[in-house]
Amino acid sequence: MADVITYREAVSEGIAREMRRDPSVVCLGEDIGAAGGVFKTTAGLFAEFGPDRIKDTPISEQAIVGMAMGAAMTGVRPVAEIMFSDFLACCWDYLANEIPKMRYMTGGQVKVPLVVRTANGGGLGFGAQHSQSVENWALAVPGLKVVAPATPADVIGLLAAAIRSDDPVLFFEHKGLFASKGETAPDGHLVPLGQAAVARAGSDVTIVALASTVPLALAAADELAEGGVAAEVVDLRCLVPLDMATVLASVGKTSRLLIVEENPYQGGWGGTVASVVADEGFELLDAPIRRVAAECVPLPFADVLEDQVIPTTAKVVAALRSLLAY
Amino acid sequence: MAVDIGARDLLGLYEQMSVIRGTERAAHDLFLAGLVKGTTHLAAGHEAVAVGASFALRPDDYVFATYRGHHHAMARGATPAECLAELMSKRTGVCKAKGGSMHLTKASAGMLGSYAIVGAHLPMAAGAAWSAKLRGSGQVAVAFFGDGATNIGALHEALNLAAVWALPVLFICENNLYMEYTPIGSVTAVAHPAADRAPAYLLPAEVIDGNDVAVVADAVRRAAARARDGGGPTVLEALTYRQFGHSRTDPATYRPAGELESWLARDPLELARQRLADHGVPQADIAAADARAAQVVAEAVAAAKAADPPDPADALTDVWADGGSAWRT
Ligand SMILES: Cc1ncc(C[n+]2csc(CCOP(=O)(O)OP(=O)(O)O)c2C)c(N)n1
Ligand SMILES: [Mg+2]
Repeated sequence: MADVITYREAVSEGIAREMRRDPSVVCLGEDIGAAGGVFKTTAGLFAEFGPDRIKDTPISEQAIVGMAMGAAMTGVRPVAEIMFSDFLACCWDYLANEIPKMRYMTGGQVKVPLVVRTANGGGLGFGAQHSQSVENWALAVPGLKVVAPATPADVIGLLAAAIRSDDPVLFFEHKGLFASKGETAPDGHLVPLGQAAVARAGSDVTIVALASTVPLALAAADELAEGGVAAEVVDLRCLVPLDMATVLASVGKTSRLLIVEENPYQGGWGGTVASVVADEGFELLDAPIRRVAAECVPLPFADVLEDQVIPTTAKVVAALRSLLAY
Repeated sequence: MAVDIGARDLLGLYEQMSVIRGTERAAHDLFLAGLVKGTTHLAAGHEAVAVGASFALRPDDYVFATYRGHHHAMARGATPAECLAELMSKRTGVCKAKGGSMHLTKASAGMLGSYAIVGAHLPMAAGAAWSAKLRGSGQVAVAFFGDGATNIGALHEALNLAAVWALPVLFICENNLYMEYTPIGSVTAVAHPAADRAPAYLLPAEVIDGNDVAVVADAVRRAAARARDGGGPTVLEALTYRQFGHSRTDPATYRPAGELESWLARDPLELARQRLADHGVPQADIAAADARAAQVVAEAVAAAKAADPPDPADALTDVWADGGSAWRT
């Protein structure tokens, strides 16, 4: 059997592989050095690469991302960490107004090859300011590549692609997946940005999922398999580039589409996927497109309340049953 | 203060300032004629800051400026023609008419952008300085910013981290007394909005005459040398004045009577002419520099007017490093 590692370990492994390969890769962020990160996703990097390449910063989100931008424009490949994705709001100017526009508004003169990594998502009871899934914020801004892996091997392969990319990448690591395990990735593993994965093949219904909702979708598909239903699970891996070709091909097989997303229904990424399918795949469909997304409220603290708000396997199963009965 | 620019260099700096002044006047006229859309923030009056600093920097140093940045773009080597073409939405614009007046950029000359979100570029300059330090290149990065940027968090985050990491970065405030229509003094707890903040980060600071090109060059040369020697950042607060309103056709009625006149008496070109006279440079040489500058500006206006508009297809290029804008398959 192949080696198994956690999603958390895959983050530091993915960064370390790129740092060994390319001396221009450097990391900066809060507590990422000797402490190894609040989620231990940078464990071991400081010991291996030292204080010049693994930089602890003050609690200065604007300086972290703004400096990463300036460094990226001048020959360095920074990997900046924003501890919780909620804190992206503190440096949103850089992600909305500066980084994604630089190349365009200079007529192609400047590139910004950086990665901003951040711990995203709920399920751990951190309350309204430390639990949000904000990948839809990033999707709203043309000029950012948006990545959100679901498995340890994809963490490694997508980090390699993100760090090597000459475009800015916002890389969402899901907090609820850090402890999950999977096969590690072979040396040199690289997952190109913008290629979805069919995580489970099936012909009766397509479930499009991302990051934490991939295991939910797979669990729901398992449950339905007992009743003889074959669900296909498409793991998008990236929101930009968005692999609509894989989604449309799957819907072409199944004629039914369920989208499972952890960000709020209101403005969630599933709306974009649904609109493309409605536009370009209307004739493929035998039923309405359904979405299981977070309720449009702030994230509550108690588990029993949080479960009401974010997608769960039970909600996905219920939505699938109603969709199949349509 | 020891200011040791020779007559020949000084005349060259004067001519550069004269070109910038002429280009700003042309931009103003073109705007009024309806040939420049959107807005402009003219830097007439600020020329000495850009030209003096550029003289003191290496060609490979990095400059980050604001939406009031025409003077910095030209001081670093963008031509008046490509700047005016940018303002006039022409294909030959320095940013292919995708940026406009507020975003003049000439990366090949180390002019890494003009930014229109107040204060945002200070961390970027610190980051470029960090990059230079990591690469051991000996380069310095400079952020030019308005007095208004001194009350934005990004400035303080940048000053602190640049100080802690001893980065080769210069923070140069162009204090022109106003943020749009509000005097900086009326909303700021300290008298010198940039220089008085530096001690909080144990950074050296100087308040300088931003209208005297020789003074600016001297201060920037010393600060850049210190930065290259590992001495870390410096804050310079250059006192200056914008001679036009904030933007577009702002008549600047909020200025107290006599203020503009007193600053016009200290016009950077006038101060440079006095210095040139002190050096014994003949009036004829100064007039010849002005004539050459006027010629450059006239040719730039003609070239920009004659240039083609952008290819509409260019709206969908330059988003990604592959040159395109595809966001999905
Ligand atoms: C973050 C932000 N807030 C407000 C504005 C609107 N605005 C544009 S210029 C300006 C005044 C800035 O004054 P200062 O920094 O002194 O620069 P100056 O225009 O005098 O060169 C303001 C408030 C902006 N562009 N960005
Ligand atoms: Mg001002």
